[in-house]
Amino acid sequence: MTITINHYLIVSFLLFSIGFLGVLVRRNFLTILMSIELMLNAVNLNLIAFSRRLSDLTGQVFSIFVITIAAGEAAIGLALTISFFRQKKTLDVEEAHTMQG
Amino acid sequence: MTFAFHASDWLLLAPELFLTAMGLLLLGLSVALGKTKEDFLAFLATVSVGITGALVAFVATRPERATPILGGAFVVDNFALFFKALVLLSLALTVLASARYVGAAPYPGGEYYALLLFSGVGMLFMASGNNLISIYVALELMALSSYVLAGYFKAEPKSTEAALKYFILGAFSSGVLLYGLSLVYGAGGVMGLPELAKLLASASRSNLLMLGILLILAGLLFKIAAVPFHVWTPDVYEGSPTPVTAFFSVGPKVAAYAILARIFYVAFAKFHADWGFVVALVSAATMVLGNVAALLQSNVKRMLAYSSIANAGYALLGVLGFRTEWGLWGILIYLLAYTFMNFGAFTLIILLESKGYAGESVSDFNGLAKRSMPAAVVMLLFLLSLAGIPPTAGFIGKYYLFTAAMKAGYAWLAILAVVMSAVSLFYYFRIAAAMFFTEGSPAKLKSSYALSAVIAVCAVGTLVIGVVPQPFLEVLKSCVLGR
Amino acid sequence: MSDGVLLTGGAGVLFAVLAAVALASAIAVVVARSPVHSALFLLLSFVLVAAIFILQQAEFVGAVQMLVYAGGIMVLFLFVVMLVNPGVTRSEKSFQHQWDVAVVLLPIFLLPFLYILGTEKLPDVPVKAEAFRMVGTRVVGNTEAVSWVLFRDYLVPFEVASVFLLVAMIGAVVLGKRSLEKMD
Repeated sequence: MTITINHYLIVSFLLFSIGFLGVLVRRNFLTILMSIELMLNAVNLNLIAFSRRLSDLTGQVFSIFVITIAAGEAAIGLALTISFFRQKKTLDVEEAHTMQG
Repeated sequence: MTFAFHASDWLLLAPELFLTAMGLLLLGLSVALGKTKEDFLAFLATVSVGITGALVAFVATRPERATPILGGAFVVDNFALFFKALVLLSLALTVLASARYVGAAPYPGGEYYALLLFSGVGMLFMASGNNLISIYVALELMALSSYVLAGYFKAEPKSTEAALKYFILGAFSSGVLLYGLSLVYGAGGVMGLPELAKLLASASRSNLLMLGILLILAGLLFKIAAVPFHVWTPDVYEGSPTPVTAFFSVGPKVAAYAILARIFYVAFAKFHADWGFVVALVSAATMVLGNVAALLQSNVKRMLAYSSIANAGYALLGVLGFRTEWGLWGILIYLLAYTFMNFGAFTLIILLESKGYAGESVSDFNGLAKRSMPAAVVMLLFLLSLAGIPPTAGFIGKYYLFTAAMKAGYAWLAILAVVMSAVSLFYYFRIAAAMFFTEGSPAKLKSSYALSAVIAVCAVGTLVIGVVPQPFLEVLKSCVLGR
Repeated sequence: MSDGVLLTGGAGVLFAVLAAVALASAIAVVVARSPVHSALFLLLSFVLVAAIFILQQAEFVGAVQMLVYAGGIMVLFLFVVMLVNPGVTRSEKSFQHQWDVAVVLLPIFLLPFLYILGTEKLPDVPVKAEAFRMVGTRVVGNTEAVSWVLFRDYLVPFEVASVFLLVAMIGAVVLGKRSLEKMD
């Protein structure tokens, strides 16, 4: 079976789209956070595939940065989850409607 | 293997290094001193921003800054220095405007100022980012600090909601931005903006590359709150603590314009015809929606949020007008003017807010002229400037931006911008009418030295740039990106 | 190898299997009602993607992916799920109001992008053997090769990332801490 860069791009784009849809359609904040992690993982897949194709290490280094930043974002996201849950006793982001207009 | 940078490179990073060190010091002092000594922490934060500004001035005199530093990751050209100065200005104003507000709230002040400074570090690095990786990491540093600052008043449901919305949409948009970056990386395997420009100059137009550029544009348009990526703005601006809102409306936006201009002018200049069309549409939609939605608001913070969306639309004209130098002149002078006038307007809301979120509706401005004539007159000045009436800074900025759009062949857009500026007069006038022609509470207005200083600086800036723009323009014209 | 061919033969089949399962578990993450299930599917997806990284000679990134995601982030997620009562989190309505519209319309919107990515012919580049194990002319491990690029060309972004992590830590403490009392 021959795998080209295009196969990688398709897989990565599908992964990205699944995460993208997850952010748009889910109401549970934790699931939204996980969907964002899926999007970032898709980016890493792209970077690694391109890095291999170009025989260039920069892509691998970039993906390490992306993983680092995903970890930091997850930490803040989870802290916000706790803070939000304390106030609303739910994780449903639809409940975040104090402000209207 | 040799290292790709010299010892003198670190000297040019002095402002960033110093600000980071002061952020760490503030964190330590916050633990040591506690809540009682918060005024001292605010004072220390202001001084550190001031010294950082002096270091930026020092860096400006160094001859080494002619070439990119640290293996090409950063560049300290005039353009970067201008944005660093502007970022530090907004940072200093924010710290001063926060002193009373945060001091009165039951939240630790040390971490607040430290987060502000760290977000400033991110913005300073953004201003001189010359490589997609360094730009991205700096952008995330700024964004993450912003999410925390938005939710800093965590007992207020509004503040937590603002942080939640900002976080979800911010992380989402940086995912989109990153996907674009990865596609552009795939086009040639280089991350440096000049190298990218060189590579693209010989490359043909490919769909993959266009998709990458489009996604990067989408990610950055989110950061400057342009339609259709603006939906977070009103809620985040309304819910965040007001000094933080004031900060969001200037600092991060200015830094985002710095990287938007640098990436699209330096790296993607060749494909101007492709992205220019998209930017034109976005600019038109942003101006129309921002101004029309602002008409319908009764909360002043929300109104100013939509007004800042509209302003993002005007500033995009400068990105469009990139073929002539007017485009960059327009962006620079407008952002300078915008920092003064927008921050000034938000500071007046802070002044009126006695506690919590009171003082945010238009009716809270009722009879301000009777309570304090100077405050009402200064607010009027900011509003006139935001509407673009001469002789204020806003007029000079808009003049350059609209001319840039004309010269770039977007006459229809310039006309639309003028019409929309006229529409904006209506909602600015509502606040003005409330201040001068209605009766309000007779309570005396209590200001503090810090707040008065901020308002004075903003008012002087707005007026001086409007009346004698020449010296400012001379400086700005030396700050354009070399192409 | 030419024409952008990255894998052949058995490795290609392995990639196809890994990718298919990773995508399936990604879908499961999004549709699962319970956050615990989502988190476990996310873990599976991360591990499989890490395996794909290793297939592409990115051993170090694969290992980091396992350590940071599977080790760190997952534990954090599960910890938070336990902290907020799981009974409450499994709410009746899991999806936004018009989720069905989004699920139908978005693929139509996304198809052109998929077409571009699937058919785009990227320019040929010469493949350098051992490119991910070389430092100058020396052949070393992937970890050392990555670290040379990271600490030579991207040292300052790396330091900025450290400030980023510090901010993440402060932020998590500030937002997550229960007490509102003035600190003294």
